[in-house]
Amino acid sequence: MNQMSTEGYTTADGRKIGGVMMEMKNITLRFGGVKAITDISFDIREGEIRAIIGPNGAGKSSMLNVISGFYVPQEGEVWFRGAKRPPMKPYQVAQQGIARTFQNIALFEGMSVLDNVMTGRLTHMKSGMLEQAIWKGKAEKEEVENREVVEKIIDFLEIQAIRKTPVARLPYGLKKRVELARALAAEPKLLLLDEPMAGMNVEEKEDMSRFILDVNDEFGTTIALIEHDMGVVMDLSDRVVVMDYGKKIGDGTPDEVRSNQAVIDAYLGVAHD
Amino acid sequence: MAQSSQATGGLVSIPALLQRNAQKFADKPAFRQKEFGIWQTWTWKDVQREVDNFALGLINLGVNEGDFVAIIGSNRPQLYWSMVAAQSVGAVPVPLYQDSAAEEMAYVLDHCGARFIIVEDQEQVDKVIEVQDRLHQFEHMIYLDPRGLRKYDHSRLHEFSHVQEQGHAARDEFTPELEKRRAKLDMSSTCVMLYTSGTTGKPKGVVLSNRNIIESAHNSSDFDKLGPDEEILAYLPMAWVGDFIFSVGQAYWAGFCVNCPESPETMVTDLREIGPTYYFAPPRVFETQLTNVMIRMEDASRMKKWLFDTFMAHARKVGPAILDGKPVGFMDRMKYKLGDLFVYGPLKNTLGFSRVRIGYTAGEAIGPEIFDFYRSLGINLKQLYGQTEATVFITMQPDGEVRSDTVGVPAPGVELKIGDNGEVYYRSPGVFEYYYKNPESTADTKDPEGWVATGDAGFIEEGSGHLRIIDRAKDVGKMADGSLFAPKYVENKLKFYPNILEAVVFGNGRDRCMAFINIDLSAVGNWAERNNIAYSSYQELAGHPKVLAQVQAHVEEVNRSIADDPMLSGCQIHRFLILHKELDADDGEMTRTRKVRRRIVEDKFHDLITALYDGSDKISTRTEVTYEDGRKGYISATLEIRDAKVQPVTTQKMAAE
Repeated sequence: MNQMSTEGYTTADGRKIGGVMMEMKNITLRFGGVKAITDISFDIREGEIRAIIGPNGAGKSSMLNVISGFYVPQEGEVWFRGAKRPPMKPYQVAQQGIARTFQNIALFEGMSVLDNVMTGRLTHMKSGMLEQAIWKGKAEKEEVENREVVEKIIDFLEIQAIRKTPVARLPYGLKKRVELARALAAEPKLLLLDEPMAGMNVEEKEDMSRFILDVNDEFGTTIALIEHDMGVVMDLSDRVVVMDYGKKIGDGTPDEVRSNQAVIDAYLGVAHD
Repeated sequence: MAQSSQATGGLVSIPALLQRNAQKFADKPAFRQKEFGIWQTWTWKDVQREVDNFALGLINLGVNEGDFVAIIGSNRPQLYWSMVAAQSVGAVPVPLYQDSAAEEMAYVLDHCGARFIIVEDQEQVDKVIEVQDRLHQFEHMIYLDPRGLRKYDHSRLHEFSHVQEQGHAARDEFTPELEKRRAKLDMSSTCVMLYTSGTTGKPKGVVLSNRNIIESAHNSSDFDKLGPDEEILAYLPMAWVGDFIFSVGQAYWAGFCVNCPESPETMVTDLREIGPTYYFAPPRVFETQLTNVMIRMEDASRMKKWLFDTFMAHARKVGPAILDGKPVGFMDRMKYKLGDLFVYGPLKNTLGFSRVRIGYTAGEAIGPEIFDFYRSLGINLKQLYGQTEATVFITMQPDGEVRSDTVGVPAPGVELKIGDNGEVYYRSPGVFEYYYKNPESTADTKDPEGWVATGDAGFIEEGSGHLRIIDRAKDVGKMADGSLFAPKYVENKLKFYPNILEAVVFGNGRDRCMAFINIDLSAVGNWAERNNIAYSSYQELAGHPKVLAQVQAHVEEVNRSIADDPMLSGCQIHRFLILHKELDADDGEMTRTRKVRRRIVEDKFHDLITALYDGSDKISTRTEVTYEDGRKGYISATLEIRDAKVQPVTTQKMAAE
């Protein structure tokens, strides 16, 4: 897969994958003396579902935080849509069209599902504080438009029944879905999912997988995800990056990764002689 | 024929009714559905346009007269229109239960030989694709929601709106054909085919003519004075005859508005927002709602609880009498008014019953406490008795003659008779035409004079003329000593306790009666929470000694009440157990309408029945369960069997003979 052309490729199920959207070049991230990520390079292409896997402490979440601008790597470059990205604040990254969910749910517990999802529209709201306060003209129009986008997402993720429910009252699996809704409300070009299925039962995982595929299919959103469930990763993703102790030890299609000896040794733990 | 078209003013088909409504009620709302958080409305004129466009699209796709068109999905306006569009082109709509597994669907689709299938979404498309190799006549599938279907092979798949667009584009070409076909429809043409869920055996296709539907809708609308201003919420399965009568038959006849919920899960919110004036729900729904109210009152503040208890006691005393228009003292009336302000009004609003003028329940017996609770709030809840073969209505309760233990007087146009074995027979304009491709069953059920056996045993009460149902005729049996065995009668008494969700009583041909119990997880779960009893599953809670003790107390109370009935005193329950799983339609233990399939339960749990009768106090068992997606698994459990106290039988047992 590494010898792919810049125009992209076509997947087995007939989806068109475009050119490189985001490229990580020789990223190294240190916390004091600890190297979380060592010299990692990989790319994410337009329209693909890209998974990052690895054992605990491999540096997956750190990698995601580098992409989302939360961490600034000491070495290496991040290229987004053909331009080198200078160090940025996370909100600036969000404005570029990158949205994320968190491993430990980070919603506003006391607010309703609807209000939580509306916060995802923040980057699309232009009206000032005064306009919002007197609720006239642009502010009102904006609210209606944003609500429409949000309602479509609520419909898409089938959470109509909990629209007005405070998030604190929801079970875990639904909170995860609300978080996905909020990320989608930003209408991102690139969606980062940090363990979207952690702690879910089989049925919830199936639902979430379906939603991830549908998001990719319907909105054409590029998705980068971290996940522990091997079955899920192998079924969902087009290409997989494997990390171990902060280093990249594999990169390719699920089949290539599955047969990569270094990956088997480090991660899948299948015995061999 | 000529007579009936006179009685219905020349309106001999549903499409004809639609045309009348589009003129008479043109801009009145006919359908609403909540979408993207907002109620969208279609007037009768809009509906006519939508139906016509879709009908033209169906002709364009090649639907012929006499074809069967299957419809699978939850209550969506477009699916209701599909049925009328199919009728307009001379085809027969066949609605299916949308929660059936692919296997069950395959049987029905193959049996009716559907050439066209109209479905709601990807879930249903996938199910049909799974079984399409077995459907020899299947040609095209039309779906409403395109989500997730983009990559599917579209050679036989069409989107609903595209079919409409193509139909509209070809209107000049096909309109004469559509009008010709529509004009051919008369009272004897088939209106709809509905598959009965069937407590035994394979489902049977009940063919109902326009006469059946229109006369039944006409009679029942007159009976309750349903007018064009009613609002109903269409939330029950479209494949069920009741929904067809309420949301199509009566709605088109009377011209009222059908509201479709946003999704099945939002039903409670939608009910509150719409505030229907005419409402139907099976007893189970009323039970669940009452249980929820009681649970929430337990957690309410003391002031609120006192208000609730005080005024509910008053409501129970005078509420039903006020509703029936009987004389009630001035002070009592004032106090009731006050209660309405503080308790009944807000409660009805929360339940979505503020505007209910007529409420019906049917399908199962309803507990007297539950029934009285709603009536005492001022909700005109009544009972009716019916079945698919009768186009719903056999008996109904007129206003002012409402009781929890009868099912009412014969509906207009219905004649009743009781057979020698106690079975109820009826004859009416609603009596079905025949079972599709099943002349033997048709002959078994309907005699040449048009009398239909209901399969239920009952009697007509002297004086009031009301019908009382005892049990399914085939379930009524004899105990070993010859006394009458009516399991449903006992089960219903058990089920009236909020803690008990389901009960199955055995004893036909035996010397004693035994019972399986299912606890109600929400009621018992709440009790457990308040009493600091930890549990992780239904199975664990069901096996808790304190739960067993509670259920035992209920069983013994039921025994005391049964002992008072000279005919049924032999049906007291000697031993019982609480099942380790809830009876479920996916496992075949219940029908899709949630009636217990006695034979299957008996078969599946025969080891438990043996243990009940052989006197052992514990039994280990392993049961296969089917998950919603069709996969199978097993659960194992050790169940405790308890003895219940029985009352000595005072009257002679031979009363039944």
